[in-house]
Formats: sequence, C-alpha cells, structure tokens
Amino acid sequence: MRILNPLRIAFKAIILNKVRSLLTMLGIIIGVASVIAMLAIGEGSKESIRATITSMGSNMITVRPGSDVRGGVKQERSAMETLKLTDYLALKEEASLLTYISPLVNGSGQVISGSNNWPSSIYGVNPDYLKIKTTELQSGSMFTDAEVQTAAKVAVIGQTVVDNIFPDGKDPIGQMIRFNNIPFTVIGVLEVKGENTFGQDQDDIVIAPYTTVQKRILAVDFLESIVASSINEEKAPEAVLQVSEIMRTQHKLTESTANDFNVKSMEELISTFSSTSEMLTLLLVAVASISLLIGGIGIMNIMYVSVKERTKEIGLRLAVGGKESDILMQFLIEAILISLTGGFLGVTLGLSATFFIENFLNWPTSVTSYSIIISFAVCAVTGIFFGWYPARKASALDPITALRYE
Amino acid sequence: MSKEIIKIEDLKREFMMGTEKVQALKGISFGIQQGEFVTIMGSSGSGKSTLLNILGCLDQPSSGIYEIDGVKVKDLTKNELATIRNEKIGFIFQSYNLLAKTSAIENVELPLLYNSKVSSEERRERAIKVLKMVGLGERMHHTPSQLSGGQQQRVAIARSLVNNPVMILADEATGNLDTRTSYEIMSLFQELNKQGITITFVTHEPDIATFSSRTIVLKDGNVISDYKNEAIQSAAEQLANLPKENH
Repeated sequence: MRILNPLRIAFKAIILNKVRSLLTMLGIIIGVASVIAMLAIGEGSKESIRATITSMGSNMITVRPGSDVRGGVKQERSAMETLKLTDYLALKEEASLLTYISPLVNGSGQVISGSNNWPSSIYGVNPDYLKIKTTELQSGSMFTDAEVQTAAKVAVIGQTVVDNIFPDGKDPIGQMIRFNNIPFTVIGVLEVKGENTFGQDQDDIVIAPYTTVQKRILAVDFLESIVASSINEEKAPEAVLQVSEIMRTQHKLTESTANDFNVKSMEELISTFSSTSEMLTLLLVAVASISLLIGGIGIMNIMYVSVKERTKEIGLRLAVGGKESDILMQFLIEAILISLTGGFLGVTLGLSATFFIENFLNWPTSVTSYSIIISFAVCAVTGIFFGWYPARKASALDPITALRYE
Repeated sequence: MSKEIIKIEDLKREFMMGTEKVQALKGISFGIQQGEFVTIMGSSGSGKSTLLNILGCLDQPSSGIYEIDGVKVKDLTKNELATIRNEKIGFIFQSYNLLAKTSAIENVELPLLYNSKVSSEERRERAIKVLKMVGLGERMHHTPSQLSGGQQQRVAIARSLVNNPVMILADEATGNLDTRTSYEIMSLFQELNKQGITITFVTHEPDIATFSSRTIVLKDGNVISDYKNEAIQSAAEQLANLPKENH
C-alpha cells in the first residue's frame, strides 16, 4: 500500500502530462541515441583504419645480417653470410612472440616463357611468407612445406610478371616458366597489391621455396634475411627484443660485443597506426562528451523547469496531507520512469540509426557496449537527479509558500 | 457544552518584508466549538488569510498557542502536521486549486491517496458519496476545464469533505464567483453545517457573513469584534429572492 500509492500517483501524473513527459523523454532519447550512433561510426572508422594498416603488415619483423668493415671496405650486408638457416630454426623454435616466420633469400634475373621474357626478382621463402605479408592468392595455391623440403621447382608469381610473360591472357597456372634458365611450374598467382608507399611494384615478384632458390639459383647456404610477424602490433617492440636475445645466443656474442645483425620492426607503420588511433579515440571521446554534456543540460533544463512549474501542485498535495516523503517519492518515481523509458527508447533508436547507417549508407560502424552503458547511465542519472532535486526543494517549502508560487 | 475544536491564545505571526518586520497577527485569542459556522471578516491586510493558513496548519505561528481537536500544533513535526491536514482539516481555496486534466472524482480522491489506512475501493466509494453530497453525482468524470467555476468549487468542497475532517476552512471560497453561484455555494455550506460539520469561512463580503452563526472581525491583526449572529439568513431563501436571470 505504501509503495503502491506513490506509484499510482506518479504514473497518473505522467499520463496526465503526456506532452511534457514526452518532451522530457525526447531529451534523453536523443542524448542516448546520438552518443551511441556517433561512437558506433567512430569506432567503425577506427576499426576499418586498423584493418587497412594491419593489411600493410604492420607487425612484420625483419632480421638482417649486420654490415661490417673488412679491409677498410664496408661490405654489403648479405655478403657477411652470417645469417644461417640455424638462426631461422632457433627463432622458429624459441621466439614465443612470433606467429609466422620465414627465411628469405632473393635474387634477380630474367623470367622467360616461350618468346616472352621479363626482368624480375625471385624470393625464396617458406609458406608462412604470404601470412607475414598478409597477401592472398587470386588463383592456384601456395607451395607446401613438403615442396620446400624437396626443393621443388614450383613458383607463385605476381600479376606484373603474368602480364608480361603471358600477354595473350593464357591461364598461367600449370605453365612452365624459366628463371635464369631454371624451369619452374607456376602453381599460383598473387592478388594484385599495386605499388607500395615507396613506389615499388609489389606485383613484380616470383616466389619459390627458399631451398630451391638457395640451391638451384643462388647456390648459397646463408640467408638474406628472416622475416616474421609478431602476435600483434603492440607486442612488436617486445618481439624485437626477444628475437635479438635469441640471435645473440645463437651467434655466441659476449656482452661486450655489438650485434652482428639487425632486427627491425615496421616502427613507422606502428607509430602511424597508434597516433592515428589515438587521435581518433580522442576525437571520439571529445565528440561523445560534448553530446553527453549537451544532452545532459537539455535533460536538466526540462526536468528542472517541469518540476518548478509544478510547485503549486506540490503545494496543493502538501495542503491536502501529502507528506514531504510522499511528494519526493512521487517525483523520484516519475523521474525514474521517464529517464529509464527514455533511456531504453534512446538505445533502441541509437541501434536502429546505426543499423541504417551501416546498411543503407554503407559506412563502417561498430557498436560498443561501453557507449550504451555510459550514455544510458549519464542520461538516466542526470534525469533522475534533476527530477528529484527541485522536487526536494519544493516539498521542503511550507505548503502555503509552495501554493503561492507563481 | 459542546466540544471545543479550535483554541488559540495570544497567537502572533510576524513576517520579514525586506528589513522591516511586519506583524500580521498581534496576539489573537478565541475558540471555536463543534458545529459552529464562523465567518472571519476583515478588509485586505487585516490578517484574516494569515490566520486561516495557521488554522489550516499550512503556516506556523511565530508565537502563541494553537490547539486543534485537543492537539497542540506547535510541538508537531512536519509529517505530523501533514497527517493533521490530511485527517482533521478540509481546506478550500479561493482559486479552487484542482489538479488540471484530472477528473472530478480523482481530484476528490487525492487526500485519501495520502492516507494509507484507506483502501482503493473505500476511496472510490467515499469520493462518489461526497460528490453526490455536493450535487455533482452526474459530473464525476469531468475535468476542471469542463466544469463551471461554481462546479469546480463544489469539487473542491467535496475534496475537503472526503477525509471526514473535524473542520472545514474556506479562504474566500466565493471570491471568484458571481452572486447567484456564491449563494448556491453558501447554501451548500449551510446544509453541511446542519449535518454537524464545523465551518470557518474567511470573507470580506458582509452579506456572506449573514449566513453564518458567528462573526469574528479582524482589523490590523487584532480582533475588533466577535459576535453571535442572532438572525441567520438562509442562503437558499436569498437565492430564491434573487431576480431571475435573463438568459
């Protein structure tokens, strides 16, 4: 009975003032919905930027031999011949922060098929290489570990090579090509990547098992470099340290000796990514705070004014015997009902708006649970507080003062 | 001798108007017996509304004693005062003070909503009963905007009666009404008074005072006269004597 009556009174008051209740709710609805939709758009763009940057191989780590001076002449890095297959095996075995790892040897030469030829580079790698480079095949398949073991004469080629040695549009898969007179069977074609940021054509490439390239083309047993990918971008710096550690042990370097190798991560890409994502996060937080602030002020105003203009009603309720606590309870329940209903409608509207933007405007969006929780909480708490606070002041007045309030 | 419902002794009320202290009531004493129909007369500024607000427990005296139905009001907390207003007093305002957009019956039920002893069935029953008593049995579901001034005041009277108060206090209850409607309302009050309800009525119109059994006249915060009305006029008769309206 004690709780039923205030509920009944509050409910009646809301029904009686449909327009006012709706307007009050509208402030909350729009506040919540706009924050959810805006954060969804922001998060969506952030994720799509992240995906783009990740596809550039931002977690790639490269190990190269260090350069050295021999007889007063600086030698080319690969001439050092210090990077061995054992280093690759040790890293593959011990480096826990790496997901994929591949040795790399490369050489350049002429690709020939029938009467067509084209100067290109050959990369000797293992099957992990495509994952490290986040590259897919547009047709055919990648060679297998078994084909690496047997130094099979198979190759995956880029689109530029295809265009130049199969100008008649013949399906390259299964065709025989020759690289520096060594015959290879084409088993796959890489997807088109275009030029990289430095203007290098990433499609002008022939990929073959590193064993094949080492033995049959270059006749070497050292590696040009070792490429790997760390678990994720954030772990890249740690992975670099881990790799250095393992390499030092491998090369039996004493503490006073400098590294005879270089470990590089894609630091520029990583810092670009983190600064971009930080900027976006900041922007999002700023936009969301402003909309929440404005929404909150709107709710505050409507609640404050609508309670103020009911001071007379409060006076009457006091005069016919309503206790201060009865009045407070009524306004508190009213504020809770309005705020929660408005909040739920706002979440619904925000989610529908996001759905619409995603499916009809084709913007990437991503709804985060924290945006729902925070916007709902801020609006509801503001609504409830500013519904309750002026009511508290009004119900503490002498009935006659409240009655005479104009 | 019948029971004394109201007893006030040396009642004072002061207001601060800016820096100036204004004495609205300068020490008033009187008592009201059960079943009396008292009018409190006085020009504006005489303190009559202030007095009524104190009697209605809407306002507190600065000093002096006020007892209603044997209870000393001065010692009461806010909540106890609310209970007194709810259970012992029916207050009627000049401007009716009905809740807008709320039906007559719901307006009448309002005081009972704050009385947890009354069930919802009893609440409805009692509201219907008092609305019939004031002659609005046919208009229970009309909202104030669909009622005339006189009818709105009847709703307010019904609301004041619904809690079975020991006393009804009316503040210029006919002040917003034309003569004919005023007389109708006064005849209703006289009827209620005949049924034993104590009424205290504040007015500045001398003809209204002739319908009551006792008149207290206030001037500048003091009682200047307090007399029994020997020749009580019947509002119903006066109403019959009014010239027929020509519309």
